[in-house]
Amino acid sequence: MSELSVSSGVPSVSMPPPSVLQGETRPKVTVRDLNFYYGEHHALKKINLTLMANRVTAFIGPSGCGKSTLLRIFNRMYDLYPGQRAEGQLMLDNQNILDPKLDLNLLRARVGMVFQKPTPFPMTIYENIAFGIRLYEKISKSEMDIRVEKALRGGALWNEVKDKLNASGLSLSGGQQQRLCIARTIAVRPEVILFDEPCSALDPISTAKIEELIDELKDQYTIAIVTHNMQQAARVSDTTAFMYLGELIEFDQTNKIFTSPTDRRTQDYITGRFG
Amino acid sequence: MDAAGPYDRAKALNAFKAGDQAFYWITRISALSVLFILGGIILSLIVGAWPALKEFGFSFLTTQRWAPSADPPVLGALGPIYGTLITSVIAMAIAIPVGIGIAVFLTELCPQWLRRPIGMAVELLAGIPSIIYGMWGFFVLGPFLANHFQPFLINIFEGVPVLGTIFAGPPSYLSLFNASLILAIMVLPFITSISVDVFKTVPPVLKEAAYGVGCTTWEVVRNVVIPYTRVGVIGGVMLALGRALGETMAVTFIIGNSFRITGSLFGPGTTISAAIASEFAESDGLHQSGLILLGLLLFVLTFVVLSAARLMLLRLEKKAGN
Repeated sequence: MSELSVSSGVPSVSMPPPSVLQGETRPKVTVRDLNFYYGEHHALKKINLTLMANRVTAFIGPSGCGKSTLLRIFNRMYDLYPGQRAEGQLMLDNQNILDPKLDLNLLRARVGMVFQKPTPFPMTIYENIAFGIRLYEKISKSEMDIRVEKALRGGALWNEVKDKLNASGLSLSGGQQQRLCIARTIAVRPEVILFDEPCSALDPISTAKIEELIDELKDQYTIAIVTHNMQQAARVSDTTAFMYLGELIEFDQTNKIFTSPTDRRTQDYITGRFG
Repeated sequence: MDAAGPYDRAKALNAFKAGDQAFYWITRISALSVLFILGGIILSLIVGAWPALKEFGFSFLTTQRWAPSADPPVLGALGPIYGTLITSVIAMAIAIPVGIGIAVFLTELCPQWLRRPIGMAVELLAGIPSIIYGMWGFFVLGPFLANHFQPFLINIFEGVPVLGTIFAGPPSYLSLFNASLILAIMVLPFITSISVDVFKTVPPVLKEAAYGVGCTTWEVVRNVVIPYTRVGVIGGVMLALGRALGETMAVTFIIGNSFRITGSLFGPGTTISAAIASEFAESDGLHQSGLILLGLLLFVLTFVVLSAARLMLLRLEKKAGN
């Protein structure tokens, strides 16, 4: 039994096993005793875990288990809606994300997010990328061209759109739109990228491209991905967190979770007995 | 029973078919009647305006003098055209930012408990009959502007070139400026309620995405919400502009009904519809024909403005890359 897994009700240790720590990495985001409420509803219960830098962490679990909710705390997206509140500690490097005095716009530049449905802005492809950069930096047109190209290359989209940068972002296919959104996210040079079921609206080929992209992106970013697709979690992630009914049931190396899970519920879920 | 089954079914279907036919014709006649009514109005306007059109021709558009009782009568529409355009432009310049501002506040920033009262107030504003705006403008707003607001502006801009002329005294209850302000208040609800409706259609996830790259609320509204909804917003603005161009009663009350063009916004003026409303009852012959020609002009003016808006919309869409 891994001492690092979290059995229900006793959230003790939150560091991933040493084997994952091989290579250049360090804790990037540390969650301590995190509780989350939608009004009266207690949606997340005492979550403890750590996202390691340059690693992909997958969140799996049945619908309504709180994995998307957890993701939306990392960039304080829940702040847009009244009645939602988080308690506990969520450290990004040495800064508590839950600090009410924190500058949310700067936080969201450091913690980028890619959504379930592609969300290109109603502007040209070029502007979709340049828009985010312009929020933080004043740079010349030629520098901007370079940054846009770099971001689009980073999003594995450059070759498909380089001749139609002035076409509307909405004119692209769903998979291309999603890669545009990824390019837009990395254009502002975040440290952490959150993927909220990024492939659930995409065809298998686009899905493969995005997964490949995630694998490349982890060289530079800390990545968290919520997915309903367990094969996807197994393919892209280094560590996997299984959540159930607002609790973190098990958090371990992906190999371990999928081959010899510690908790009965994890085993039932990954073998398809429920969820 | 069983034998009667298929027979009844066929009969029932036939009955439906007849109903379908009737429905088709009713809707078709309703739709076509719009064309007939529009054509009829244009035709009768042209017929009624013909004597004046023959008499004055193109000079009707360029003459400022309006002397129906002179001998021979001189009728020129320059004053009313000028007044119509100026009051509408100023009204829109005030109403568009304020109206969209209210809509943004209501959809993006307003605390829940304040949302309903403000929304209802905006809707009630749209329900007030225009004659009441006219009376309020005449008895309350006009005196207030003349005693407090206008002297202030006149003093500020005195001696400044151009602006000094635009805001030249003396202050007056009856002026182009007062009429523009009343018009702005009257068209505000159109812009606001349509903008609120279309702002609500922006997918929350799109807004979240914009917040997600670190936008402030202002940047989200400016770069995502308004571009996403611009067709709807412009539609609301056009509806408001149409109302501003044609609004009659309230304007007639407070614009002063003067056909002379003064450079100052605080001077009296008239609009096409106000001129028609105030003179039509006691007109005849060429004078009446001249007023009908004014009506035709308003019709054309509105049509041109709305077409220009359509064209602008097409351009915008092209620019956005669609």
